[in-house]
Amino acid sequence: MFPNSFEYYAPRSVEEIFGLLEQYGDETKILAGGQSLLPMMKLRLVAPSILIDINGISSWDNVTEQAHLLHIGALVRHRKWEYVLDSRVPLLHQTARHIADPLVRNRGTMGGSLAHADPAADWGAALLALKASVSIQSAHRSREVPLREFFVDTFTTVLEPQELVTGIRIPLHYDSGFVGARYLKLERKVGDFAVVGVAVTLVLDPHGVVLDAGIGLAAVGATPLAAVKAESLLQGHPLTPELIRHVASEAAKESDPVTDRRGSEEYKRAMVNVFVERGLTAVHHDWQRLMDVSA
Amino acid sequence: MGRTVINDQIMVHVTINGESRHALAEPRTLLAYFIRDNLGLTGTHVGCDTTSCGVCTVLLDGVPVKSCTVLAVQADGHDIETVEGLGHNGQLHPLQQAFWDNHGLQCGFCTPGMLMTTTALLRNSVDLTEHEVRRAISGNLCRCTGYVNIVKAVLEAKRRMGEETRKV
Repeated sequence: MFPNSFEYYAPRSVEEIFGLLEQYGDETKILAGGQSLLPMMKLRLVAPSILIDINGISSWDNVTEQAHLLHIGALVRHRKWEYVLDSRVPLLHQTARHIADPLVRNRGTMGGSLAHADPAADWGAALLALKASVSIQSAHRSREVPLREFFVDTFTTVLEPQELVTGIRIPLHYDSGFVGARYLKLERKVGDFAVVGVAVTLVLDPHGVVLDAGIGLAAVGATPLAAVKAESLLQGHPLTPELIRHVASEAAKESDPVTDRRGSEEYKRAMVNVFVERGLTAVHHDWQRLMDVSA
Repeated sequence: MGRTVINDQIMVHVTINGESRHALAEPRTLLAYFIRDNLGLTGTHVGCDTTSCGVCTVLLDGVPVKSCTVLAVQADGHDIETVEGLGHNGQLHPLQQAFWDNHGLQCGFCTPGMLMTTTALLRNSVDLTEHEVRRAISGNLCRCTGYVNIVKAVLEAKRRMGEETRKV
């Protein structure tokens, strides 16, 4: 199973990449981790005539921090977060462990996953919950697009043919005490794409009041979705079992699944409800344990 | 960029199992096929060919990857280890020996991939639990459903290799 023939470029500089994109635009695909692109090329679902391998740009393989923002380079591999637990963004670690399998995580990248825009991808849901933004660059301009405006449709983003994703920015909550998160995923077998994926992250003050809430949903819409209404119900309120149940049913209403071989619309919606409730309850328990310990 | 291109083929230089090798490959050639067909090392198997089964796992700069989902040209200038590199002078690697002793296989088709994934696991872990072994091989499928003995073998290899290190 070989892909169609293509011309291969492995640029050593960012300028070279933008030059190639400028020249060939539509005909190109960017090869980052390749864990979705190469299988699709082998199945001849895509057949770019030009392949631009960006793995030679070592500066995109870094995680840096400035002005309350975590900047993750486009080439940072999934496995990085499997081994790193940053207590300010625990959702990254929680999610990484659920992505495909360890061998794919060794190679696949966060930037590649976002640009690929599979509605079932785990990072999509998690980074929506984290209110991340995407750094996009072309030869002529660079722009920062909130992830909540980045996905247009299945496998479609706001990226122009001459642009590429250079990194991801995640806001950090410096002043707040407790950040809790969960990623819950229903999969048919280990390493599979989500039938339903739910990412929740909460910032709680010492009284258990929600300072910030993020809920991202995978595989229940044409793109990864943020459960915006459900999030807003949490904001500024103390976390209680009643509120959690209410938020979970709201998130289920906001989801937009379709019936397919993996399950019916009703089933997937019900799973969103169950997972949001389970995730928020787990975070609540984490917080209670912490308060007991510190009390 | 100093690449040699002949008839749309690119010269790919790799260090494979410690040996420096090179061969021409089309850009679309997958690493698994490059290793088997161009370098003649057929220990690396090709199974599903769709990034699911993990039988084609090799170490790329020490990291286990599915070689059916990496282009050969991407490995240019890099270090590759395959199952052929495990044993030395006719002696099995302790991990291979543990697979042998525990019957960590049935048909054996998934074995090269299992060995390469767990080679990296053994190198990078101090202690090892059954759970960690099972997680590590979750991208390597055995369709004979023989995981129990494979896990047993990896844990035993870890124990034996630890003892050898302590002796030294």
